[in-house]
Amino acid sequence: MSIRFNFGGDEHIFGEVSEAMSLDSFFIGLSMTNAVKAANIKGVTEICPANASFQIRFNPDLIKPQDLLKELQSMEDAASKSDSVLKTRIIELPVYFQDPWTHETCMRFRERHQDPNSTDLEYSARINGFATIDEFIAAYSGQPWFVSMVGFVAGLPFLYQMVERQKQIQAPKYLRPRTDTPKLTIGHGGCFAAIYSVRGAGGYQMYGVTPAPIYDPTRKVRYLTDEMCLFKPGDIVKFKSVGRDEYDTLLEAIDANTWQPTVHAADFSLTEFNKDMSGTNAKLMELINGR
Amino acid sequence: MAVKVISPGLSTSVQDLGRPGYYHLGIPEGGGMDRFATRIANLLVGNDPGAALLEATFMGPELEFTEAATVAVTGGELPPKVNGEERPTWESFPVKAGDRLSFGYLKGGARAYIAISGGIDVPVVLGSRTTYVLGALGGFEGRVLKAGDELPIGAGSGKAGKSLPANLRRPQISPAELRMLPGLYWHRITEAAGKRFFEDTWKVAPEADRIGYRFRGGAPLEFVEREQPFGAGSDPSNIVDACYPYGSIQVPSGTEPIVLHRDAVSGGGYMMVGVVISADMDLIAQLQPHTPAKFAPVTLDQALAARADNAKLMARAEEYLAG
Repeated sequence: MSIRFNFGGDEHIFGEVSEAMSLDSFFIGLSMTNAVKAANIKGVTEICPANASFQIRFNPDLIKPQDLLKELQSMEDAASKSDSVLKTRIIELPVYFQDPWTHETCMRFRERHQDPNSTDLEYSARINGFATIDEFIAAYSGQPWFVSMVGFVAGLPFLYQMVERQKQIQAPKYLRPRTDTPKLTIGHGGCFAAIYSVRGAGGYQMYGVTPAPIYDPTRKVRYLTDEMCLFKPGDIVKFKSVGRDEYDTLLEAIDANTWQPTVHAADFSLTEFNKDMSGTNAKLMELINGR
Repeated sequence: MAVKVISPGLSTSVQDLGRPGYYHLGIPEGGGMDRFATRIANLLVGNDPGAALLEATFMGPELEFTEAATVAVTGGELPPKVNGEERPTWESFPVKAGDRLSFGYLKGGARAYIAISGGIDVPVVLGSRTTYVLGALGGFEGRVLKAGDELPIGAGSGKAGKSLPANLRRPQISPAELRMLPGLYWHRITEAAGKRFFEDTWKVAPEADRIGYRFRGGAPLEFVEREQPFGAGSDPSNIVDACYPYGSIQVPSGTEPIVLHRDAVSGGGYMMVGVVISADMDLIAQLQPHTPAKFAPVTLDQALAARADNAKLMARAEEYLAG
């Protein structure tokens, strides 16, 4: 695999590890951005890992674009051979699937959807071969997800489910983006889940909401006082399906600022994961369940 | 010292030269969309070029001063008035306690920069006073101004009567020429489509804001056929979600190009045909809806030369104002 480098105007270098999504590509991109960070290159202003690519922003008054490109290319070999072991954490996030708010929004924008006669959940369950919405939700919340990118808007995670490719849930984006998405919506586009950190436009299918804030510019939420954004690339997330009553209880605790998500440190090895996905996932999930 | 907002205008926010370093979290750099006008407005009132000021879009606010100050308005031609009497743009003028600053109709450009001596003293968040409205971060309570807001103003004293002559500013031409470096996913469109992209005259769509500018009126892009890569989505314009550079030109469904600006969304799943060069970002800030515009391809060397020309223009202006 060789990274496709490209200048994005006179201030960015874009590196595409692969056109298709895979955890292997994500890890190479993450190794590259970690190496750039560690190299502390003069003139580099932003280092952004993405799903299967990455982007470096620089000030061309401080470093010649071609010099930076050469430096990045010299890091490629080491990055693609790194052993892909990550000291990370697993976070359990409660999600109220089939909630009234995303449902209302979903109905408001039916004419922008591929199938105006189904809800987003009905449509996604059907095209992915699930007999019922419950089975779809069970698959969605049954196995963990990898945060493979943070962005679009502040603190929004893109999540890639840690299952074999044939088990990956896929769904198209809306034909035309909506002008509204409830805050903290769990959405899905392509093979990615996303959590909308703020209310706003969006094109992903909508499945549910989490009561837990994931971005707090005021830093008042007890688990967001140091970092405004909960997620960073490399985090592992497990959705926990909750009903209305539990959602309301959680919301009260969150409003009182007494709640925080279950988080556990975790070691992740891509090699081991690729050898035994369900075994690796079971061990990861034990960390949060066996508390 | 404070400034009371009597009426907010259409979309007026506190901006400075931005908040770099947080794009990997989806928090954009922000800052005045027209950086030249931002810097000059501040220099005219004796501020640091990166002090916080107001960016007004299409329509000016009405402001009341609690104390005397020096004010300058740059950028788009939005004529300032003090107690109803017109004042020049690109020139500092005094206001007294109780004076009201309002604006006439926009005569050119799209955004005006209103600097007040001392600068707007909202709290610094992540290194900047810039407002990031989507993320409710920074600026005045993380949002555009509302009637009744009171903006704190720092200590400062500018001199009235300082001005920047027109020959030291960059002229606006029509149709606007936006130079861009083709690349990123340029290979996804056919050669004929690439040629048409530069031949067509586009028009700024009404959806044009700090996040991005949408353009209409050119021919839809034809894509090179391929089997979509895993995870990208089924539309030929879809890619596996990637980072979006500032100035990047994405073309959802191949129809309407969107140029991302200072409050860019940091990534997403649409292919980009290239990136508008840094030297032409300010020009976009001053485009009104329906303005004609053309995209022009340049090489990286030409982009760097244009950047150097811009820096020279800025240096000449600064030298003039310091003299």
